Amino acid sequence: MGDNYKNEFGVFGERPKVEKKIYDAKYIFAGLVIFFALVTLPLWKNLGKAMPAPVPKLDTPVIQKLAEKDRKCVMSTAYMRANHMTLLDDWRTEVVRSGKRDFVGLGGTKYNASLQNTCLECHSNKAQFCDQCHNYVAVTPTCWGCHLDRTQKLAEAK
Amino acid sequence: MSINRREFIRIAGLSTLVGLGGKTAFELLFPGQLEAQLAPLATGLTAQRWAMVVDMRKLNGATAKKCIDICNRVHNVPNLAVPNDPKVKMDPADVNRWQIKWIWTDHFHNSFPGQEHAHVQDRVKAMNFLLLCNQCDNPPCVRVCPTQATFRRPDGIVMMDMHRCIGCRYCMAGCPYGSRSFNWRDPRPFIKEENPAYPTREKGVVEKCDFCAERLAKGQVPACVEVSGGALIFGDLADAKSKVRETLKANFTIRRKPELGSNPQVYYIV
Repeated sequence: MGDNYKNEFGVFGERPKVEKKIYDAKYIFAGLVIFFALVTLPLWKNLGKAMPAPVPKLDTPVIQKLAEKDRKCVMSTAYMRANHMTLLDDWRTEVVRSGKRDFVGLGGTKYNASLQNTCLECHSNKAQFCDQCHNYVAVTPTCWGCHLDRTQKLAEAK
Repeated sequence: MSINRREFIRIAGLSTLVGLGGKTAFELLFPGQLEAQLAPLATGLTAQRWAMVVDMRKLNGATAKKCIDICNRVHNVPNLAVPNDPKVKMDPADVNRWQIKWIWTDHFHNSFPGQEHAHVQDRVKAMNFLLLCNQCDNPPCVRVCPTQATFRRPDGIVMMDMHRCIGCRYCMAGCPYGSRSFNWRDPRPFIKEENPAYPTREKGVVEKCDFCAERLAKGQVPACVEVSGGALIFGDLADAKSKVRETLKANFTIRRKPELGSNPQVYYIV
């Protein structure tokens, strides 16, 4: 039957001729090029420019005053770097809900489990120590909605 | 590969057992390291049931003001009437409706409704009762809190966990004493002098007095008790030799709305 074809409505003599082309191709392709250029703009813009990795600073007055061997955090640096958020989360739960405020840290030293009173005591440079990294990895912890940044007070006092 | 029914049931049963026991086994092998590291401060004050007696015979206006001021200062309680920047002045009606109260004063007829009558003694009529959270034994606020942000500690303190508060204000509807306040706006522009050792609150949470839980943990009595010069008596209700118990034994005391069944634990000597 040659070019005849069949569907549920019957047998037809000829397939309908449909031109195989994209209508308005130049506009569509031009539009696509512009779209991809715009979408990938941030990539092109930052190409070859490495965002400097944050370097948290430790040169706060309180830390400077400490002897070299006393300059340690409640836990090891590696632990704190990876898990400080979990540690703070545990602190807040234990302090508020169970009233347990004594934290036994590295080497059996006891610390008051408090972000505002213990952490920020040494790390009084919140902008360099906390915010720098948090901005780099685009996280916005909600701590500072209530907990006071003592840095400002110190700066104002000076 | 095929298995028969007997084999299937055996494997299913074993997997269930592992699934049920797995977590416990894991906990046994690797117990929560951090939890073991935290303990209550050794210097803290402890009790089975904290309670307070307000001796209205000793409490005058100046002392009450001292108590309120120290509380507001220690806990960074905002005074909406006095913004730090005069440009953010609030409508007086809003100042009144949105005020944050931890400890405040009110007259007899507002403090003890149901006990007032037309011929109350002038002495009592003139009194400004010092009011605060009653730290109820059967706290309605705890019952209605959907997130358990407010909860009753074993020592009787009704505590707020600001981290969990979603600001639904059910507790405010539940509290018959008006002891709870909602932060309708960021309180920081209204805190004259921030206490760097205590957090502020943020917009959208409810707050109230917690018998200075942070001071008790350090071995100090609540701030208001400290400055009250003996007008406020604080102690353990379970200890028969404590000052609260002796005071309660020696004096006739009343409580706010005890008929509601919340069992308030702040007593008043009128």
